[in-house]
Amino acid sequence: MIEEPTSTEDKEQAPVVAGLVAEFPSPEALVAAAAKVRDAGYRFWDAHSPFPVHGIERAMGIRPTKLPWLVFAAGGAGAAGALLLQWWTNAVDYPYLVSGKPLFSFPANIPIIFELMVLLSAFAAFGGVLVLNLLPEYRHPAFSVRRFVRATSDGFFISIAASDPKFDAGAARALLESAGAAAIDVCYAPAGVPRLPAGLKWSLAVAGLLALLPPLWIARQRQVPSDTPRLHIIQDMDFQPRYAPQGVGRFFADRRATRPPVPHAVDVGGLQTDSHFHRGQINGQWAATFPIPVDREQMERGRDRYNIYCAPCHGLAGEGDGMTHQRAVTRREPGWVQPRSLHAQNVREQPAGRLFHTITHGLNTMPGYAAQIPAADRWAIVLYVRALQRSQHAALDDVPPELRPALLQESTRP
Amino acid sequence: MSSVALPAFDNTTDDPTGRAPLTAPGQDFASITETVCRVVERPRPPLGWYVGFAIASAWTGVFFLLVVYLVSTGIGVWGNNVPVAWAFDIVNFVFWIGIGHAGTLISAILFLFRQKWRTSINRAAEAMTIFAVMCAGLFPALHVGRVWLEYWLFPYPNQMALWPNFRSPLVWDVVAVSTYGTVSLLFWYLGMIPDLATLRDRAAGTVRKFLYGLFALGWRGSARQWHRYERAYLLLAALSTPLVLSVHSVVSTDFAVAQLPGWHTTLFPPYFVAGAIFSGFAMVVTLMVPARAYFGLKDLITLRHLENMNKFILATGCMVGYAYALEVFAAWYSGNQYEWFATVNRAVGPYAWCYWTMVFCNVAAPQLFWFKTWRTSPWRMVLVAILVNVGMWMERFVIIVVSLSRDFLPSSWQIYKPTWVDLGMLAGSFGLFFTLFLLFCRYLPMVAMAEVKAVLPQSHGEGH
Repeated sequence: MIEEPTSTEDKEQAPVVAGLVAEFPSPEALVAAAAKVRDAGYRFWDAHSPFPVHGIERAMGIRPTKLPWLVFAAGGAGAAGALLLQWWTNAVDYPYLVSGKPLFSFPANIPIIFELMVLLSAFAAFGGVLVLNLLPEYRHPAFSVRRFVRATSDGFFISIAASDPKFDAGAARALLESAGAAAIDVCYAPAGVPRLPAGLKWSLAVAGLLALLPPLWIARQRQVPSDTPRLHIIQDMDFQPRYAPQGVGRFFADRRATRPPVPHAVDVGGLQTDSHFHRGQINGQWAATFPIPVDREQMERGRDRYNIYCAPCHGLAGEGDGMTHQRAVTRREPGWVQPRSLHAQNVREQPAGRLFHTITHGLNTMPGYAAQIPAADRWAIVLYVRALQRSQHAALDDVPPELRPALLQESTRP
Repeated sequence: MSSVALPAFDNTTDDPTGRAPLTAPGQDFASITETVCRVVERPRPPLGWYVGFAIASAWTGVFFLLVVYLVSTGIGVWGNNVPVAWAFDIVNFVFWIGIGHAGTLISAILFLFRQKWRTSINRAAEAMTIFAVMCAGLFPALHVGRVWLEYWLFPYPNQMALWPNFRSPLVWDVVAVSTYGTVSLLFWYLGMIPDLATLRDRAAGTVRKFLYGLFALGWRGSARQWHRYERAYLLLAALSTPLVLSVHSVVSTDFAVAQLPGWHTTLFPPYFVAGAIFSGFAMVVTLMVPARAYFGLKDLITLRHLENMNKFILATGCMVGYAYALEVFAAWYSGNQYEWFATVNRAVGPYAWCYWTMVFCNVAAPQLFWFKTWRTSPWRMVLVAILVNVGMWMERFVIIVVSLSRDFLPSSWQIYKPTWVDLGMLAGSFGLFFTLFLLFCRYLPMVAMAEVKAVLPQSHGEGH
């Protein structure tokens, strides 16, 4: 409770007359009296009743409120804002492609447009009625009249403010009496202005300033580059319970977290029924023939794949001197084994299926390439390797007769 | 048992020579203030209030303990599992949000249609709306699982550079329900300001005077204020009317836009709205019959008010029955075997008892309201209203759970069984609802005094 002012000055101050409050016996009497007060030319006056009295607006000359326009504007802003929001977020800034539907389609946006229109209109209607009515107003002079409490129950009142240019206590009282007032009281302005204790004011100001610090700090942290990961208040994504590969788990009797395939399960693409194509074998023997067509197209494909996957070690010509080897020699890598030359006798004598097998599974220090190179491409590479081998071990008779002279001429050059 | 005795006057007959009175005879402005304020001002409420409050608040406690258990442990404590990913959570959500609709219908739609009898019941019905929306909103908020990420529902610029998909009915739902709750609250509070001022001016204690005074905002019944106030009230009513129709329509699109047989039908929006009003009126009757008896409001909330609401229940109950019939017809007429299976499965499948409970409670029981004795006997109408509430909860269960439990892939079919947490939270939500309603009865004006006074014959000048 705020203590009563005790200084003598405050006590001696005479209360300021704020106006007159007159009570009337019924709604009809109120309407009739209101018309008289209006006709007398008063401006700062009002009627008070526990419910809206029919016809009082006309009797008092109240002009229609601007509130509907306010609500209309807010509703329009809500609808337009919702339309813009949906268009910009879903069709421009982050286009949502849903089942190939258009990025922006008005009908699907109607529910949000409608809801935001209603929401903003309702805020405008509620806020508007309070602002236009100058509410809250906890210290109105009329509250100083004891009988005025009945204005919210069963009393009908007219108040004339002393601030009215035409106000004269005697004339106003006479007017109200002639209008049929049952009782007339003088109301006084609320004594003094309520003041907050100085300490409270300062502590509120300090608290307000301190409250600004966290948002400022957050804003700074979001803008400044940082070497460490961002601080996550919600760490759902930082700790994801899971088992490491090959780890121990508690869900199965064998306590293995990594589950082995179900017996007899075949993974996609793993059903390799063509022994020639997938394993390079015919009836358990290395195949000497190709399961792919032997033509220029496959040869070109084989060269392309060979130069990508094989040449780095085996060299573009298959001599076993690719750039990896050159570099290892330059750096004198300990334990380096030179890649096999594809022109070695034993390699040349291997059947095509054996070469395919080597590419698939690797040999000695060479890894298998089944994961990187599909089977058809591996066969194309075998085909190209065969061509490389032939290029280094061909007889003159293998060359078409019209090219032989040129070849001979080239070989005799110094 | 004096509360069961018939009232001394009967305003349920329609005399063609004049309008039936809306309140008991002999009411004037002061007596209305007295009748309504006495409820709040009496030093202690009736014993029934204490008993009801003890039970309801205990269940509220259970509800929030279960919320703590649910959030700290995870959604797995519910019985939801694929294919029944939506179960009690969404059933309760749709049930409660539907309950709210009657309050807005009474306060807004009947206001636009100038139905003066609404004035005695609109305040309590609006309070019911707000409490029901609060109960409703909790369930989808909890069912997302990680409640601390709820803010992801709102469009805010974020480091993930993502926005909500505004073409999803689930986002519409968030916006519609939160708008509905907000607008209902504003409407309710705006309507209550003059009555809070009445309580302020009558308050004896300092605390009461301060609190009622704070929320009455210094209202002094000025004609200039009343003028803007009435306009604002009319505008809010005009805004709430399409809003209330939109809310349950949007809720129904959560289902209708999905392709699940039993959900994917254009019938849903009007069907859901009719069902919502139906269940809401049943809840208003369930609440008002004991409230008017315990708090001495029989002179203001008369049998005619109750009878009018029962007529609404009868009418909307027939609409709901029509919708059930049309659902079956549409499934048959579609020629789609999955739709037809879903429909037959409801009637004769493992959940047939739910379906037939729903039909009995929602279609058969309200037919009793063709008889005036049932429409005007308080305790009989409560019996029907409770049956309707049970039936409407069952309807949502049938739509959601029964459709999901047997979807496209027969190998995934599952029978849903609620866990004790599901059942506890259903009961707990009723506890929360009744706790809030009992607090409302005790501390706020249950009847809109200013509005009832405005429709008294004296307020227009008798004889004009």
